[in-house]
Amino acid sequence: MQVVAKKPDSLTDKDFHYCPGCTHGIIHRLVAEVMDELDIREKTIGIAPVGCSVLAYEYFDCDMQEASHGRAPAVATGVKRVHPDKVVFTYQGDGDLASIGTAEIVHAANRGENITTIFVNNAIYGMTGGQMAPTTLLGQKTTTSPAGRKKDIAGSPIKISEMLAVLDGAAYIERVSVHDVKHIIKAKKAIKKAFKMQLEGKGFTMIEVLSTCPTNWGIEPVEALKWLEENMIPIYKPQVLKEAGEGE
Amino acid sequence: MAKKILMKGNEAIAEAAVKAGCRYFFGYPITPQNELPAYLSWRLPEVGGVFLQAESEVAASNMVYGAAGAGARVMTSSSSPGISLKAEGISYIAGAELPAVIVNMMRGGPGLGGIQPAQSDYFQATKGMAHGDFRLFVLAPSSVQEAVDLTIDAFELADKYRNPVLLLADGMIGQMMEPVSFERSIDPDDLPDKPWATDGAEGREKNIINSLSLDPAELEKHNQKLKEKYDQMEKEEVRYETYYLDDADIVIVAYGTSARISLSAMELAREEGYKVGLIRPITLFPFPKEIIAKTSEKIDDFLTVEMSTGQMVEDVELAVCANNSSVHFYGRTGGMIPTPEEILAEIKKIGGGK
Amino acid sequence: MLADIKKVVIDREKCKGCKLCTTVCPVSILTISEEINSHGYHPSEVTDQSDCISCGQCYRICPDVAITIYKED
Repeated sequence: MQVVAKKPDSLTDKDFHYCPGCTHGIIHRLVAEVMDELDIREKTIGIAPVGCSVLAYEYFDCDMQEASHGRAPAVATGVKRVHPDKVVFTYQGDGDLASIGTAEIVHAANRGENITTIFVNNAIYGMTGGQMAPTTLLGQKTTTSPAGRKKDIAGSPIKISEMLAVLDGAAYIERVSVHDVKHIIKAKKAIKKAFKMQLEGKGFTMIEVLSTCPTNWGIEPVEALKWLEENMIPIYKPQVLKEAGEGE
Repeated sequence: MAKKILMKGNEAIAEAAVKAGCRYFFGYPITPQNELPAYLSWRLPEVGGVFLQAESEVAASNMVYGAAGAGARVMTSSSSPGISLKAEGISYIAGAELPAVIVNMMRGGPGLGGIQPAQSDYFQATKGMAHGDFRLFVLAPSSVQEAVDLTIDAFELADKYRNPVLLLADGMIGQMMEPVSFERSIDPDDLPDKPWATDGAEGREKNIINSLSLDPAELEKHNQKLKEKYDQMEKEEVRYETYYLDDADIVIVAYGTSARISLSAMELAREEGYKVGLIRPITLFPFPKEIIAKTSEKIDDFLTVEMSTGQMVEDVELAVCANNSSVHFYGRTGGMIPTPEEILAEIKKIGGGK
Repeated sequence: MLADIKKVVIDREKCKGCKLCTTVCPVSILTISEEINSHGYHPSEVTDQSDCISCGQCYRICPDVAITIYKED
């Protein structure tokens, strides 16, 4: 018998604390598989955010720093400037990156900071109990938008990938999803490409991954995948938003 | 003896950081400390280092966290309102036990305040600065030369204790020019090993830089460990200067710029026959409370002089309380600077006739 | 002997019973156990190993890295 698929070496043996069906675990595994395949575990430094994935530093089996809320790109900048030959990535949720950390992500991208950001967008604050995020869909009910998000009160869902794509320093921005196996395979390809581009010194790379939050969306995990597909995909279209060509 | 050169305080501190082996600086513009980052913006690249102007003070202090966690000797500088913003990163730096040096060239506050020299951030500097149970090591120079020497010490102390060290000065020290010499120079390749740093887990277990501890028992243990470091600082690192304590009737306690002016006031007073002494704390945390307590055994009147409405005076009162000495206070604030004559007048009020 | 060969191994202690794997299996051999694990979850289990085609779909969608896939040499 030979092994076809197993836990990547770049993950520790620690069980994820995530709720049943939460797709953070899939995204963790994809990042770890890419680290294994590129053989970079021993030269990678990851930056964990504040939010559900705050304990990511316990799961990735590489050097890790835990940042304050939203500041992972600034922390990553500090690390990368000290170790330009190492691989540095941030793993951030939508509250962390798209709300409190907008200044840090915009300027890291604009500087062309040679880091990779994994931006997990599930349209809600998970860890704090299901509050409205800047990425929450119009009409989506959360604990702080009980009647559904209203445009005239809270604005529209923020499209971070589209925003960052216009910056010169952004080398590669792609939005992917993990709501089915086909998209999961595509998501991994994108993550791998981003890390490879970092290794080639191309500049800032970010993969936005559409993700679920069954607990705070208040639906079963299987149903959550469907909800993502039907509600998030039309607003957050999976696509390559920026890819710096050769010679740029 | 190294040659003396005339330098502005801010630039001298910047050069001292380079001499200390610091090769990374992350900052954000704010008056009155702008000469410091401007100097490092050309000087650090010259020695193979990195100068980066961040998008905000918040980002700058978190870049310092990242770089310090990655094992670098790293610095940031700011002035009062900017330090408030940096407090977030500084709390994480203290919590994660990272060495870093922060410079605060204080200006008047609160709020946006003014841009003239003040000592209005003593409470902020010495009482923890931000959320959580922690202390900064605080050094307060009163001349440009001392700022140079303490900057180099600051990096050494930061590494020794794995704790952020704050160089607390004011716009006066930052802006004035004085002759300085750089006696020490530390090779950045010769810094202490940091086996805990995140530089890639090659052939070793992974390292984690972190200040999160969800288990209250664990967090209490961590806080107690930090407390032990602070206790050790109080035991081993207190620094101060004293003048005329042997024959003094009145003792001034002042630091930084206030101490310089108080020294002039002390000399004026002594010319007029007032027996005035002076204690100048150099470390504000750890605070030199023992020398003040000991002095209070025979001195009834202390005069604390500050460029604030009274902050360090509370620590002086605590230090003397066992002996019931009187602690008087004279302060100017908002960017106003006390004159020796004003301080002399206070001495005369305390001293009665003579 | 052939019946003993396990091609899909689910770590029943890691599994949280989210059911995602049961929806992607092309040969429908994954189901939720009636038993519970030590965390109180009903883990996923395999009804018939011999039907497994080692495609890895379940591994790919599992959010808890609870599945290992083997194939015959």
